Amino acid sequence: MAKVTFNEDRCKGCGLCVEACPKKIVVIDRDRINRKGHNPATVREMDKCIGCAFCATMCPDCVITVEK
Amino acid sequence: MAVVFSKPKSLTDREFHYCPGCPHGIIHRLVAQAIDNLGIEGRTIGIAPVGCAVMAYDYFACDMVEAAHGRAPAVATGIKRALPDRIVFTYQGDGDLASIGMAETVHSAARGENITIIFVNNAIYGMTGGQMAPTSLPGQVTQTSPYGRDVATQGYPIRICELLSSLDGPHFIARVAVNNVKNVNQAAKTIEKAFRNQVEGKGFSLVEVVSACPTNWGMTPSKALAWVSERMIPYYPLGVFKDADEKEDRA
Repeated sequence: MAKVTFNEDRCKGCGLCVEACPKKIVVIDRDRINRKGHNPATVREMDKCIGCAFCATMCPDCVITVEK
Repeated sequence: MAVVFSKPKSLTDREFHYCPGCPHGIIHRLVAQAIDNLGIEGRTIGIAPVGCAVMAYDYFACDMVEAAHGRAPAVATGIKRALPDRIVFTYQGDGDLASIGMAETVHSAARGENITIIFVNNAIYGMTGGQMAPTSLPGQVTQTSPYGRDVATQGYPIRICELLSSLDGPHFIARVAVNNVKNVNQAAKTIEKAFRNQVEGKGFSLVEVVSACPTNWGMTPSKALAWVSERMIPYYPLGVFKDADEKEDRA
C-alpha cells in the first residue's frame, strides 16, 4: 500500500515523473490547469502505486510526497 | 503509512523560478538532502552564482551569499578561512565556473581549499538566452553558433573534472548526471560525499553534474534528458576522477 501526493500548484507539467513511473500511472491532467497555468501531473489509479518514489526522484519542483 | 519521500528541510517553501523540466530543481534538492542528512543546516553557508541559479539564495534554507560572476570560489575561500567551523559550498553553472570564473576555480582547487563546489554543466548559457558556453559540444547549435560549434574557430569544450584532477590540491573530483533515476541516486551519494569530505576537513571537493537546458536546447524536458544520455555523457564521462581517500588506501 503506497500513496503519492502532488502539491499541484508547484507543478510545471514537465512530465519527467510520467516518464519515470514504472507502473505508468502518472499522467498529465489535460482537463485542469493549476495556479501557474500548467496542466498538473496526477495519479489516476493510486491502488497500483508501489511507492518506489521514482516520480519524486525525477521531479525538479519538489511537487511529490511519497508515503508507504 | 510513513512518509518515504518529501521536500528536504534545507529547501525553503519558495517555488523555483526555473523553466519546466529544468534539472536545477533536482540538483537543488540533492544538495538540500545532503545538508539534511549530515545535520549541518545550522552552520552551512552557500554561495550563489551568476546564471540561472542566481536566485539560489531564495531556495536554500541556510545562509547564502551572492558572488560576482565566477567569483564564488574566491568568496567561499574567504568565508571558510574566516569561519573554519562553517560548511561552505558554491553552486555554479558552466558559464560561471568554466568561463569567467576559471581562474578562481583552478586556483581554489590548486590551493586545496576545504570547500565544496557543485558545478552544473548544461553546455550552454541558460539565463542570457542560450549562447555558446566553454562546455558546448562540438557541432552544438546555440544562439552564437547557429551552424554548430566549429572547433576550428571556436575551440574545444573544456572538461573541468579532467582538468582539475591533474592538480595536487583537490581531494575529490567527480562527475555525475541527473538524466535518469539511477544517475540521480548516484548523484545524491556523490554530492553527500563531497559535503562529508568538508565536514571531515579533507579539503577541496568538486562535483560536476551533467545537466540539461530544455528551453535553450529547444527540446522537451524528456528529449533533453535523452540528449544528455546520447551526446553529453559520451563527451563528459561519469565517474570519480580523483579521490585522495582511495589513494591513501592504496599507498
